[in-house]
Amino acid sequence: MKKSMLSIKQSYLVCAIGVAVLFGLLMAVCETGAASLYVKGIIMTCCIAVIMTTSLNLTIGVLGQLTLGCCGFEAIGAYSAALLSKLLVANGVQMDATLRFLLVTFAGGVIACVFGILVGIPALRLHGDYLAIITLGFGEIIRVIIQNLKVAGGKGLSEGQQGQALIGIDRLANLYVVFWITVVTVVLLFMFARSRYGRAVKAIRDDEIAAGASGINITHLKVMVFAISAFFAGIAGGIFAQYIGALTPSMAGWLQSINYVIMVVFGGMGSLTGSIVAAVGLTILPELLRAFSEYRMLVYSVVLVLIMVFRPQGIFGNWEFSLPKLVNRLFYPSRVKDPGESGAATESDAVVGRAAESADDKETKA
Amino acid sequence: MSEPILRAEHLGITFGGLKAVSDFNMTINAGELVGLIGPNGAGKTTVFNLLTGVYQPTEGEFFLDGRRMNGKKTYQVVRAGIARTFQNIRLFDKMTVEENVLVAFDQSFTYRLGGAIFRTPKFWRQERDMHARAIDLLRIFGLEGLANTEAANLPYGAQRKLEIARALATGMKLLLLDEPAAGMNPTETEDLLHCINVIRDRFGIAILLIEHDMSLVMNVCQRIQVLDYGRTIASGLPEEIANDPQVISAYLGAEDAGDTAEGEES
Repeated sequence: MKKSMLSIKQSYLVCAIGVAVLFGLLMAVCETGAASLYVKGIIMTCCIAVIMTTSLNLTIGVLGQLTLGCCGFEAIGAYSAALLSKLLVANGVQMDATLRFLLVTFAGGVIACVFGILVGIPALRLHGDYLAIITLGFGEIIRVIIQNLKVAGGKGLSEGQQGQALIGIDRLANLYVVFWITVVTVVLLFMFARSRYGRAVKAIRDDEIAAGASGINITHLKVMVFAISAFFAGIAGGIFAQYIGALTPSMAGWLQSINYVIMVVFGGMGSLTGSIVAAVGLTILPELLRAFSEYRMLVYSVVLVLIMVFRPQGIFGNWEFSLPKLVNRLFYPSRVKDPGESGAATESDAVVGRAAESADDKETKA
Repeated sequence: MSEPILRAEHLGITFGGLKAVSDFNMTINAGELVGLIGPNGAGKTTVFNLLTGVYQPTEGEFFLDGRRMNGKKTYQVVRAGIARTFQNIRLFDKMTVEENVLVAFDQSFTYRLGGAIFRTPKFWRQERDMHARAIDLLRIFGLEGLANTEAANLPYGAQRKLEIARALATGMKLLLLDEPAAGMNPTETEDLLHCINVIRDRFGIAILLIEHDMSLVMNVCQRIQVLDYGRTIASGLPEEIANDPQVISAYLGAEDAGDTAEGEES
């Protein structure tokens, strides 16, 4: 076993600095006016896609259960957040815009999470294609219900007529706040995946019967993962609602869900790193291809096909970015000075970090 | 002798009209190694599935350390202290050897979701302790050097050993081994025999062994129980079993051998 030159706690610190630098960059392009409204919009969409894709990857890649209903949860979160925001205003509640944004977005996540648990308990008894179909059906149910709900712009469930869009939602989504929500989401998912929970979930993916025979409570963990995914999908929906300002029921449709599944598969199932890269890449790609006008979706499709032909496991497979490993690979033979030495971590911390790191780290796929 | 580790009383299960196992009685004491043999389709693996909560018995009861285990789910049975290996190896293929063991340590961890997310000192302490314990356990099987290898890439014999190591990691009192020597060459079988003896001495656990390799069974088992068509046809010391006419006829076939339905063994 290679000794890491960078303890896991030091690498957390470096990653934190990296995120801070990224945020500084974001602030720089926004404040100096280098980023147009269009570019800001793309960054916002990227953030939403990252939240959706990483949380979906927890279910599809880490737990190994194919679900096609993620946008159903996103829509629940979006409509909940939108309606709650309107309700607060209608009741004359005075509060800070950012606080209101956070509150209703979080509430949207919680409501989506509740639905995730309700759907997950019966649905997760099924596997593979059956689960995919059930979740697909669930997404459609959500779409049809929203279409008809009076409160969401429909004409009432009994009317059975096409509903209108829900408009006039306060556009409170602030790019900086959304950026940090995205960071927190990725960090939470990462911490979950690299703990005993993540290990147990991966064990269920690899062999459910053996996982049960190793003392893992399968039903409990499956529903937990499903609920976590639904929660973050709801958060993404809440952000979306308050960024766009108008919602249509079609956002709950399966076509949207497939889009996120593509991102997960594209980046690599089980790799959060891959999900982030794929979410950003596949959000930006169609925008970059706008010059090709009507051919752009053709190019997009060809890129997808090529990736799937030459890298069926996705860009990253199940490889996960790990700073200590990267440092090892770059510096191990030459034994350069530990870049994190000036950090706060003590030697005993470093030992702990190493042990935990080797306990947690997956073998990098060649 | 106090309460036996395992006590099964009139255990049986019926699939539709088929009595896969009926009136199965067995007592295993601490530190004992008992063999369960029988022709293919006799119901041996079904007995394992009953004892681990995969199937629920339709008749009879069984007790672990005096605690009734009927109606418990697999993970509850495992946490109570019955662990098993599988006839066709079931490892967590895409996880490392060490992770395979760590999964089975799950119930030894006490940190919760909050501890995992905020990386509390408890989290680090437990992850470090469990890492050390996993390496210790792998060392018994000579697998410590392969700790970071993906389980799917292990040679066959090592996969069998890892499966046993994983079962041991659950901290069980009774270990059920389902044909551990299947597909192994004589050297690997010898190696396995050594491992079984070592873990029995080291952990003082009871072992129930299904095996077709008769030399292995006769060598290591203190008692043997023979199943045929779901019924116990003989039970006793290895020498007694080897000379039992009913056992011989079950294995070699007798004139009146029936052709009752069978085939629950996967």
